[in-house]
Amino acid sequence: MSLPQPVYRDTFQRLQHQLPGAGVKWLSRQRDSALATLQQQGFPDTRVEAWKYTDLRNLGRHAFKPADECGGIAEADLEPWLFEHEPMHRRVFVDGRLAPRLCPLRTLPSGVTLSNLAAALEQSPDELEDLLGRTLDPDRTGFDAMNTAFLQDGAFLRLDRDAVLEQPLHLLFINTGQAERMTTVRNVIMAGPGSSATVIESWVAPGDAVSLTNTVTEIVLEENASLQHYKLAQEGDSTTHIGGTYVRQQRDSRFTSHSIALGGRLVRNELQVDLNGRGAECALNGLTVTQGRQHVDNNTRIDHRQPHASSNEWYRSILDDRSRTVFSGRIVVHPDAQKTRAQQSNHSLLLSPQAEADARPQFEIYADDVQCTHGCTVGELDAEALFYLRSRALDSETARKLLVYAFAADVLERMQLQPVRRYLEQQLAARLTGNDALLRDAPRH
Amino acid sequence: MNALLSIKDLHVSVDGKAILNGIDLVINTGEVHAIMGPNGSGKSTFAQVLAGHEQFEVTRGSIRYADQDLLALKPEERAHAGIFLAFQYPVEIPGVSNIYLLRTALNTIRKQRGEAELDAMDFLTLVKERAAIMQMDEDLLYRSVNAGFSGGEKKRNEILQLLMLEPRLAILDETDSGLDIDALQMVANGVNTLRGDPRAFLLVTHYQRLLDYIKPDFVHVLAAGRLVKSGGPELALELEQRGYGWLKETAAGAAP
Repeated sequence: MSLPQPVYRDTFQRLQHQLPGAGVKWLSRQRDSALATLQQQGFPDTRVEAWKYTDLRNLGRHAFKPADECGGIAEADLEPWLFEHEPMHRRVFVDGRLAPRLCPLRTLPSGVTLSNLAAALEQSPDELEDLLGRTLDPDRTGFDAMNTAFLQDGAFLRLDRDAVLEQPLHLLFINTGQAERMTTVRNVIMAGPGSSATVIESWVAPGDAVSLTNTVTEIVLEENASLQHYKLAQEGDSTTHIGGTYVRQQRDSRFTSHSIALGGRLVRNELQVDLNGRGAECALNGLTVTQGRQHVDNNTRIDHRQPHASSNEWYRSILDDRSRTVFSGRIVVHPDAQKTRAQQSNHSLLLSPQAEADARPQFEIYADDVQCTHGCTVGELDAEALFYLRSRALDSETARKLLVYAFAADVLERMQLQPVRRYLEQQLAARLTGNDALLRDAPRH
Repeated sequence: MNALLSIKDLHVSVDGKAILNGIDLVINTGEVHAIMGPNGSGKSTFAQVLAGHEQFEVTRGSIRYADQDLLALKPEERAHAGIFLAFQYPVEIPGVSNIYLLRTALNTIRKQRGEAELDAMDFLTLVKERAAIMQMDEDLLYRSVNAGFSGGEKKRNEILQLLMLEPRLAILDETDSGLDIDALQMVANGVNTLRGDPRAFLLVTHYQRLLDYIKPDFVHVLAAGRLVKSGGPELALELEQRGYGWLKETAAGAAP
């Protein structure tokens, strides 16, 4: 049931002494064990249920290596990926490693620690021993194992009790497009009781070289903590992005995810939320816009383990040309999770007869006093809405474009962070309508 | 007075099922016509056929509008030519503001008429003035089209569009359904503002109540896809008292 990847053992043996934290015993054990898992499991093939619609055979033919050195990126190059009009903390990673000269120094509020994983592993590895890998499934996939074996760097954000990171943290990951390179990133976010923060991950790759991004973000929210997490996948046409976001939530904590996929040849976003405390809430929003031969696979899982928790999933995709999207939404309500509320909504809009959207809502409910609803459609533009706009003098082409944009805007409207929302509105208005006036008169809220 | 709309022997079906079975109607400029009838009689179909809904197939008959063959025009071309349909169920369009739609619609129509686009200031002055007639909060202008609007707000928004676009033939498809009396008065007020030559109105309604506020010149009863009775405003009152039952027999008798 797998695509064996023997090549990575040699790569690992050659490079392991250069990886961050190379002398740290507990980490070496983790890396060795992860490599063994990767050797044993390889990459999943389509007979593995969770990968049924995403074929990795092409990926398996490459032998990706970490970049020897980081590509040259200047401050001015960042502009297309930054958000306007709001001060943010920023950390830029180039080819998987922190680029300190691109990170403006701003004072952090008390109780907030922000560093990068490579530095933390050199300076205070003991602090990470209990944290790294804490959210990973012991039966991890080959990719999670590969991430542990090769992890280079990533952000490490720690919020003490009641700490508030008022300005958002923007993590910008730039793949400079060196051919056959892999970028392996691990972010760790530990939010202490009552703390709150907003974190944006932007993934970009200006070039068109074949490359692999393998990233894991581990998030732990203690009691009553709150995190808004934005992930923008905007990589180039030849990039494969395999991402995992693993969230553990304690009592009364709140997690909001906005996962936006606009770029990349193949994107797999795994998002797993473990609601392991009474009254915990999560909202998972997703928007995928694909064209050409893009393939985007959103695989989500929510575990309701305790009573009175709620989850709300809202995923939309817009597909053109021969592109393909997959949405799998698995919701497990465990026996103790009475009074669970779980909503799931997944709608796909096909703009081309060759596009294909696969959707798999999966509910497993082992408690009896729960409210679970789901709605799922794959279809074309609403004929009534088209007629409405044409009856208001708009020609059918303009009307179609407006409705496609409206379909996407429905997800963006859920975003609280205005600069990110405006940025995406601009990107989508240009890509879907070619019309700036739409933004001049953008709805106010 | 000139014939603005002239309908002859109009037959319409959807998915092979006949809905309208031979309608004849002439509407002159300056007139207000009301079409009443029981549910399922074909009222909404009639309104949507005039606006060019492609779901419906005209199987026989003709429609002349302002010396043009209306059936040859696409929905947007009908809008350019001055036809406006206020929808029974206005559509929600998140991400597209009301003001954008109004501006785009108005300027597209002006361009088609050979008029210059309104500049931003003139447009804003006009839209605020017309929104005031409908007693609509300016806030609603900047919200997404109909998204999260109450039923009454949606209907008022339709009439605001009507006031902005100043059509020659305005068709109101059950605009009064589900409205409380205050909203109904605002809708009527909007219509009465524009009433008169060179315009004409076609009010499609289930209830006589609307006609207390917008007094029609002619009332027609549509039953089983035909206009089975026509008269003056007094016909609406008679329908209010007697219901539609007595006319159904007339319709059945008239069927071939």
